[in-house]
Amino acid sequence: MRAGRHRHRHGHHWGRRLTIALAGNANVGKSVIFNQLTGSRQIIGNWPGKTVERAEGSLDIDGYDINLVDLPGIYSLSTYSMEELVTREYIAHEKPDVIINVVGAAVLERNLFFTLQLIEMDVPLVICLNQMDIAEDMGITIDSQELQEILGRSVVTTVASTGKGIRELIAKAIGVVGRPVQRQPIAFRHDIEADTKELSGMIEAEQLQLEYASRWVAIKLLEGDPTIKELVGSKSTNVIRAAATLSKRLEELHQEPSFVVVASERYALANQIVHDVQTRKTVKLSLFDRLDRLATHKIFGYVVSLGVIGLLLIWTFTIGTLLSNLFSRAFSFFQPVDPRVNGHLLNVLWNGVFGGFVAGVTLVVPYVVPFYIMLAMMEDSGILTRVAFMMDSAMHQIGLHGKAIIPLVLGLGCNVPAICSTKIMGTRRERLLAAFAITFAPCAARTIIIMGLVAAFVGIGWALALYVIDILLMVVVVKIAVKAVPGELTGMIMEMHSFKRPSLSVVTRQTWVRTKSLITLVFPIYMAGTAIVQGVYALGWFGPVNKALSFLTVGWLRLPVAAGVLLMFGAVRKELILLMAVAIFGSNIAGSLTPVQLIVLALVGTIYPCLATAGVLIKEFGWKASWAIIGANTGMAIVAGGVAARALALIFH
Amino acid sequence: MMSTSTEEYLEALYTLTQDNKTATTSNISKRLNITPASVTEMLRKLAGAGYVNYSRYQGVTLTAKGYEIAEKMTRKHRLLERFLHDVLKIGNDRVHKEACEMEHALSDTTERAICQTLKSPYKCPDDKKVIPACNLGFSSCEECKQWGDGLEKVGHRRTNVVSLAALKEKQVAKIAFIRGDNRALRRLLDMGLTPGTKVRISRVAPLRGPVEINVRGSRLALGEKIACNVFVEKQINAGARRIR
Repeated sequence: MRAGRHRHRHGHHWGRRLTIALAGNANVGKSVIFNQLTGSRQIIGNWPGKTVERAEGSLDIDGYDINLVDLPGIYSLSTYSMEELVTREYIAHEKPDVIINVVGAAVLERNLFFTLQLIEMDVPLVICLNQMDIAEDMGITIDSQELQEILGRSVVTTVASTGKGIRELIAKAIGVVGRPVQRQPIAFRHDIEADTKELSGMIEAEQLQLEYASRWVAIKLLEGDPTIKELVGSKSTNVIRAAATLSKRLEELHQEPSFVVVASERYALANQIVHDVQTRKTVKLSLFDRLDRLATHKIFGYVVSLGVIGLLLIWTFTIGTLLSNLFSRAFSFFQPVDPRVNGHLLNVLWNGVFGGFVAGVTLVVPYVVPFYIMLAMMEDSGILTRVAFMMDSAMHQIGLHGKAIIPLVLGLGCNVPAICSTKIMGTRRERLLAAFAITFAPCAARTIIIMGLVAAFVGIGWALALYVIDILLMVVVVKIAVKAVPGELTGMIMEMHSFKRPSLSVVTRQTWVRTKSLITLVFPIYMAGTAIVQGVYALGWFGPVNKALSFLTVGWLRLPVAAGVLLMFGAVRKELILLMAVAIFGSNIAGSLTPVQLIVLALVGTIYPCLATAGVLIKEFGWKASWAIIGANTGMAIVAGGVAARALALIFH
Repeated sequence: MMSTSTEEYLEALYTLTQDNKTATTSNISKRLNITPASVTEMLRKLAGAGYVNYSRYQGVTLTAKGYEIAEKMTRKHRLLERFLHDVLKIGNDRVHKEACEMEHALSDTTERAICQTLKSPYKCPDDKKVIPACNLGFSSCEECKQWGDGLEKVGHRRTNVVSLAALKEKQVAKIAFIRGDNRALRRLLDMGLTPGTKVRISRVAPLRGPVEINVRGSRLALGEKIACNVFVEKQINAGARRIR
């Protein structure tokens, strides 16, 4: 694990250091609590070597200097997913002083399934019963006192979105530290409890020196958990043998696999607890419920889904254009930002760096950031889940499932953060396919080429046609990829959490996480790449490149010979195709290029990937898979361009 | 040994009564391409043997005994279709007829081998209907995979289950069996779908989209593939039994 666990930016405090971890299901307001507690003192990164987000923050309270870790939202501690593995290892190896288990009051039973597992792990625990307001709206009341007694751990009720109970929560958590509390396990019923006791007794007797609590290890062995079996197996074959006998007996007795027996038992406990502490009365349908019904309606559901995506795009372009103009004006005040390719080499290079930066600020930021803000709001409110629900069968047509709609829509802003966010997909195969689909999504820069070359000089109809062609190509190519990549689609399991008002802090954080990849990955490539290509051009080295590529550009794509340079520039920044075309041919590009050439140039420019996309692909998927994607895209661009050049020649006679 | 035509009748009834509907003489006659008079006669025979509930004006439904055979035959039929289509590359227009001929001779051993080779397929190739669950006495697909040759020691499971994908909105049912590898099974268990758990269908998205269920106070959307692999106890006694 990372060495910087105790790193504090505000190291001048004399307070005692504590590490507190937040753990719980997804969508229970864990991040809201984290944000409430840490404010802006956060570091968001990845778990070392994993694609799982790690959020850490600090706060000073009551003389304590607290390091707060927001663990990924999970439903269980089996090693089904990377998130679960990360959580399990963190708890075992880094041993936080206290774990705050955030529990969604509206979905108590499912949440308790996870709580019971934390109790099995025998960690210092405080239960935070959050989203009490949502539960109340649903007619649910929970006797938190009773719950506290049953669980034997402190329970604090909170409404994180308003900050209610947060102060008390942190005080309770601090209170747990250092007080030697008698932590009672929660007993299973009959045979399972007997087996667990027998096995954990053996583990204790053999003094195996495991990092995990013996009771938890015993339960995991009964379940047949492969990681734990390996861990214990390296120390004691006796225990493994006993565990095998016991779990076989359980299987024979219950006629189910042992992990099913244990999971059923845990849920039976959770169900019993809910029965004891919760009362539910029927309430009238709220406005949110009605909206929910509408959003998943057989007909109106589609209308809502398309409306949501449409709204997102309209908002992005309206706000984006406004901001983009504003920023461009501000920057052209300092220096002209058009690409410079002659004069002193240093000037050309500086112009490249500056131009790359300005392009990032005036082109990517104004469109992409408002887009992310809106998208994060839609995500947090729950409406995107409904879109994924409605779009699932359509997405199946290309071999992906409904959840892929979220990264795909993100790709309309910029492909780079979209590819990062394919994490929500279940398997590597699905992530890869979603990423491949994203590389075809017409991002903000591609839109500029289509608008600048085609809409301006050929007609808006042809520009729209290019979008349609782009999407059709995506469907066809991804369909082929689905067949080519071994494995099959895992089914979608998605929680439909209730609609809620989006939380400002969650939206801000989500937007920041996504924008960060722009600044760390896209900006440097923009700046260095632009400087390099401009420098190379100024040195006159592009002549041979043009000539070398002319068999492709002139012979196959029927473009002017200068297109070689345009496409090289476009690899760095897509909109440079347009800017360089203006620099080479003058502002009336249509005087030098025929409509067919304009369309072909835009089409090719839209399909092949830019360097930043290639960079993020390599970062997320390694070289081999990335080259396959980049190769497929580039090949597709060449084929489609050549075919289009010939087909369009017939239309434009 | 049961006659081929009995099996064909029961199979037709399985499909016709899938949505808790009642079959009529005329739709059976249409489906099997047999005159209504012969159908009526055959139904009387089947009712006499205890496979169907039949009265002239109320239509036909399967009894528990009949359902079990119907389910088994339908499973063999659809599994064979999948095999013919996926492995032998026979076109969708031919698979149905071929499977119809072959299903009656298919043993449990071969049925299991096909199911394993195709990694527990969940729907048939031509009309995309759910392949019913198997009735071998394994507790999970994983156990079946690890079990060696020979099915003598493996008993039969009580079947009478129906896939979640076949249920309608507002229906309530109890989880009976989850098909597929342990990974899929574990994910569903973690979300609360343990055997015996009551689930309520709250939404069914059109066009083979996901199914939204209420389980243990939470709401989950299950994609078509998952929904096809989750089996719930079938409410026999047919009729339009709905619990609100």
